[in-house]
Amino acid sequence: MSSDNDLHDQMIHFDPYGKKLGMWLFLFTEFLLFGGLFVVYAVYRSMNPEGFHLGSAELDLTVGAINTVFLLTSSLTVALSITALQKGNSKLAINLIMITILFAFAFMFNKYYEWTMKFEHGLFPGMEHFNELPVGEKQFFNLYFMMTGLHALHVIIGAILLLVVAWGIKKGTVNQKRYIYLENGGLYWHLVDVIWIYLFPLFYLII
Amino acid sequence: MSEEHSEHIVSYKFNILVWIDLLIFTFITIEIAQFDFQALTVVIALIVATIKTLLVGAYFMHLKFENRFLQSVVVGVFLLFIAVLILLFSDYLY
Amino acid sequence: MTAISQPRGYVNFYQEKRGLMSWLVTEDHKRIALMYFYAISGFFIVAFCLGLLMRLELIAPGRQLLDPQIYNQVFTLHGVIMIFLFIIPGFPAVFGNFSLPLLIGAPDVAFPKLNLVSWYLYVIGGLLALSTLLFGDGPADTGWTFYAPYSVKTGTNVSIAVLAAFVLGFSSILTGLNFLVTMHRMRAPGMTWFKMPLFPWALYATSWIQVLATPIIGITLMMIIAERTLGIGLFDPALGGDPVLYQHLFWIYSHPAVYIMVLPAMGWVSEVIPVFVKKSIFGYKVIVYSSLAIAFIGYFVWGHHMFTSGMSGEARIIFSILTFLVSIPSAIKVFNWVSTLYKGSIDVKPPFLYALAFIFQFTIGGLTGLVVGALAADIHVHDTYFVVGHFHYVMFGGTGFAFLGAIHFWYSKIWGRNYNLKWANIGFSILFVGFNLVYFPMLVLGMMGMPRRYYDYLPEFTLANQVSTVGSWIMAIGLFIVIVNLIAGRKGPKASSNPWGSVTLDWTHTESPPSLYNFKEIPTVTRGPYDYRDYEDYIKENHKN
Repeated sequence: MSSDNDLHDQMIHFDPYGKKLGMWLFLFTEFLLFGGLFVVYAVYRSMNPEGFHLGSAELDLTVGAINTVFLLTSSLTVALSITALQKGNSKLAINLIMITILFAFAFMFNKYYEWTMKFEHGLFPGMEHFNELPVGEKQFFNLYFMMTGLHALHVIIGAILLLVVAWGIKKGTVNQKRYIYLENGGLYWHLVDVIWIYLFPLFYLII
Repeated sequence: MSEEHSEHIVSYKFNILVWIDLLIFTFITIEIAQFDFQALTVVIALIVATIKTLLVGAYFMHLKFENRFLQSVVVGVFLLFIAVLILLFSDYLY
Repeated sequence: MTAISQPRGYVNFYQEKRGLMSWLVTEDHKRIALMYFYAISGFFIVAFCLGLLMRLELIAPGRQLLDPQIYNQVFTLHGVIMIFLFIIPGFPAVFGNFSLPLLIGAPDVAFPKLNLVSWYLYVIGGLLALSTLLFGDGPADTGWTFYAPYSVKTGTNVSIAVLAAFVLGFSSILTGLNFLVTMHRMRAPGMTWFKMPLFPWALYATSWIQVLATPIIGITLMMIIAERTLGIGLFDPALGGDPVLYQHLFWIYSHPAVYIMVLPAMGWVSEVIPVFVKKSIFGYKVIVYSSLAIAFIGYFVWGHHMFTSGMSGEARIIFSILTFLVSIPSAIKVFNWVSTLYKGSIDVKPPFLYALAFIFQFTIGGLTGLVVGALAADIHVHDTYFVVGHFHYVMFGGTGFAFLGAIHFWYSKIWGRNYNLKWANIGFSILFVGFNLVYFPMLVLGMMGMPRRYYDYLPEFTLANQVSTVGSWIMAIGLFIVIVNLIAGRKGPKASSNPWGSVTLDWTHTESPPSLYNFKEIPTVTRGPYDYRDYEDYIKENHKN
């Protein structure tokens, strides 16, 4: 009933800053979720420096570096999409979001390739090669799969979020006057990027 | 107090400059990793990663243009995490 | 008080939209609070009965009715339900949801749809937890703490139990997030931070803990699931893992969690005492800072759960000192509450009785907390009944009683009726006596050396155990009377909008029960939250038709 909506709108106001604050709080929870794994990493690396060094050597630095570039660039494109929408250019905003999602796909494809290589070499917990590793290296790979796996899940979630936002821009509910949902989608995406910024040196660069 | 929204727009050009900085630091971190700084290696890697994070946070995530409260809370949460990590190591270092 | 007069055209929030569906898709914080209330109360009764069952087993040495394996599963489920389904969500989800917007003059919380999502997550988590009863080797037998390596190896339904806790944690996080934004953005005009009442302040501190601590247990539980299902042995010693690291990660959340449990209850006590003493709380600002201090320092004391785990000596000393530090702000609050009573015009109503019981029992719990917090003393009482007594005094004698008190306090606001005062007092008294008979002997038993989580015990512990078990029956009778009286109150006399004569917005500016958006128009605040000067005039002025 429209009078219901009138009363609702009279009593409850649209609050973009509140929504932004809410997203930041949620980002804190995601940061701490990964933080727990970083804690385990810190402890086990301090206990097994050699094992971690050996484990890192098994990873493909080039693929890791390319993935880093993919994510950094995807952060750029989503930031640009916000600029575009703020300037009223909805079409460009949507295109930039789609490019962001494309980079997400590229990242996931690389990840799939890397993991498949590992499985083929018997390097997953329980597999032959893994079982022969010294304990330090075992924990390196435990953490590698746990952390990059959880991160990949968040890449997927982030991409879906951005897709929903892109749809909102197309429908017009997310627009030059009301773009908080795009900002929030961007914030989530940047967090996914930041986590990888730490994962990359901690797993690929222990040379 | 409804549409109180930071109207500050980060230009296309500025975003791209930040991105270039990020790529440069990525290159730096890969090159530095070739050297063996023993215990310092991980510290340096983390410092570079943190610089990149500060760039993403300040500009892409718009923190530089937000209010003091939000900025302090972001820093505060990070410090809380570090404090817990240090306290945890009181068990593992001894 | 006098005749019930309500404004013309007034429709309360129950009458707005009717039918089951309208509840299941509601965005109204008051309806969500009620849905939480019924779910939480149901789970509480289940876990309470599990507790009675344990006490029945422990009435004498040797096997009474339960095998050791079943006993382990009973105390695990008792703990999981009480902690994750009752105490942690309890105050925030029920009274935070119902009263927070009312207390700060807001029409709802910041994210009403997210609030509904929180409730559904709660229900899913609860169903997952209960489902562990229905298949395989039955519910987890690890204790609610799920310590590795046993939690990884046991064949019982640990993965599902742990998944349930994860889902419930998510519900808790979203509630905390919602309340933080609500308090930052939706306080009524004129309500500066230091004009905000103390129950919201307590929820504020609590919400920060919910947001910042819960993810740690989230990831820790995910690691258990990963180890059980995928063989990613992060805590497996054979793979170089450290089971003590599990304990660290578990308690890094679960210690702050106890402040999630107690801070809102303390906030309620601070809220209620001024009402029944008709004067302002003593040391309002100090109580605010103490709440924040408890939340902050509480992050750094987790190691006191691990004094006998093999942690380094240095770590143990540091944690013991920090633990003593966190007791200071709690003690300050007790002094402030008691000081408020001085020269007050005391009106002994049921909520006030529950608040007094809280102060008494929380003090005992807190003092025994100092014993377990002291490194040398803890070596003797760790994993004994002393600890069980300690935490039941704070969690049940403290938060549990406060929760019952809160029901008695906001009853008329929620259901628009009054319950019978005499039977409320009788129920309370029997419950109080029963409670202390159950848990005080445990402090003695612990000192004598009876271990916890054992289904059997040495003959010298028999008398104290029998007292405790009989006490549990008395406690059950008291609780039964309390509950029946509350249910009967639904048909009691209609209530006025402010039967206790409080000056806070939840009572002065809303009807009983409130309308959909709580206020006819959002009030502008000029007075402090507990300003009882000329309170009768103030109340009359604001209850205009």
